[in-house]
Amino acid sequence: HPLSITVVRSFTAKSRARAAPPPAGSVLFEDTSSTAPAMNSQGYYTPGYDMQGASSDMQGGPGAGNMFADPMANAAMMYGSSLANQGKDIVNKEISRFMSVNKLKYFFAVDTRYVLKKLLIIMFPYTHQDWEVRYHRDTPLPPRQDVNAPDLYIPTMAFITYILLAGMALGIQKRFSPEVLGLCASTALVWIIIEVLVLLLSLYLLTVHSDLSTFDLMAYSGYKYVGIIFTVLCGLLFGSDGYFVALAWSSCALMFFIVRSLKMKILTSISSDTMGMASSAKPQLRLYITVATAVFQPIIIYWLTSHLVR
Amino acid sequence: RILRVVGAASMALTLYALIQTAVLCTNALAVLHEERFLSKLGWGVEQGVGGFGDDPGVKAQILNLIRSVRTVMRDGGYIIPYLCCVLLISLS
Repeated sequence: HPLSITVVRSFTAKSRARAAPPPAGSVLFEDTSSTAPAMNSQGYYTPGYDMQGASSDMQGGPGAGNMFADPMANAAMMYGSSLANQGKDIVNKEISRFMSVNKLKYFFAVDTRYVLKKLLIIMFPYTHQDWEVRYHRDTPLPPRQDVNAPDLYIPTMAFITYILLAGMALGIQKRFSPEVLGLCASTALVWIIIEVLVLLLSLYLLTVHSDLSTFDLMAYSGYKYVGIIFTVLCGLLFGSDGYFVALAWSSCALMFFIVRSLKMKILTSISSDTMGMASSAKPQLRLYITVATAVFQPIIIYWLTSHLVR
Repeated sequence: RILRVVGAASMALTLYALIQTAVLCTNALAVLHEERFLSKLGWGVEQGVGGFGDDPGVKAQILNLIRSVRTVMRDGGYIIPYLCCVLLISLS
């Protein structure tokens, strides 16, 4: 059930934020739920995250860890959890050499209301008025508090749902095999990587000093998977006509969404060459980038879904 | 039926193909010869450095990119591009 998955994941996001010390920009992880520590419920809601449960048990005080009557089992559990802590620290240190985990956590700080509103905006962006990303003392607000902020939760979930839907569509056509699923997944992943790299390259070449990081671009190019899912579903339910109608609808909605979102970031970003000397080529080139990104979306939607609905 | 088979074959864009393409393109950028080729085109090193206070412009950025790729490949990792190309071409 996607809604329960959303609730569980928002709980785990909050529990992970609470277990680690809050970063300097602590507005990111202000707890919007009740402040009761509730370690037992943590253990219940996060069955997979045994290390988190054990470490929060450790931090809860020495008296809270003695759950068994047998002292040997107690000692073994404490030893095991300290080993797990060490392993977790090593992994965190290695990962934070490649990418900033805090920045990644920002993109997953979502809640149910944000997800629902964002999905509505992606499929019907024409009535949304204010596209400006709100800031709080120079740091962008997390998605929980600003519906215009990009997030990585929706693209990730949409990507996985697309792969499952593709498997189902191929199964309906009796063309399914496990290798095809992996092929579909890696093809979609490759297209995302290509799009993000081309966008990064073009932003670098035109010296657009915007605050679009790699994760932002990954988020914006992942939003098309919501449209892809809608298109494939309509194609499966209503046949070829429904597929083309849904393709047209989601293409227009996605193009509008991408142009309005990126217009704020790319076209109005401050370049080092400002007053007066701004050559006429610059705003045009930036407009070309935005429009090219938008036009690329329907092409890739058609490319990734046409073979599923024949 | 033929359409469906063709549709499935055009989907074979794997991660390995992407890595192959990336390495081969980077190597192609790295082996562009300075004197024989780029200067003749007007894309040499001295033409790249332009207005210092201003925004560099597309051509200067491209030249910077080519020069930095070449520097990294030649001075930093002399052996790596050769090994990569030999491996890829022999395995493709």
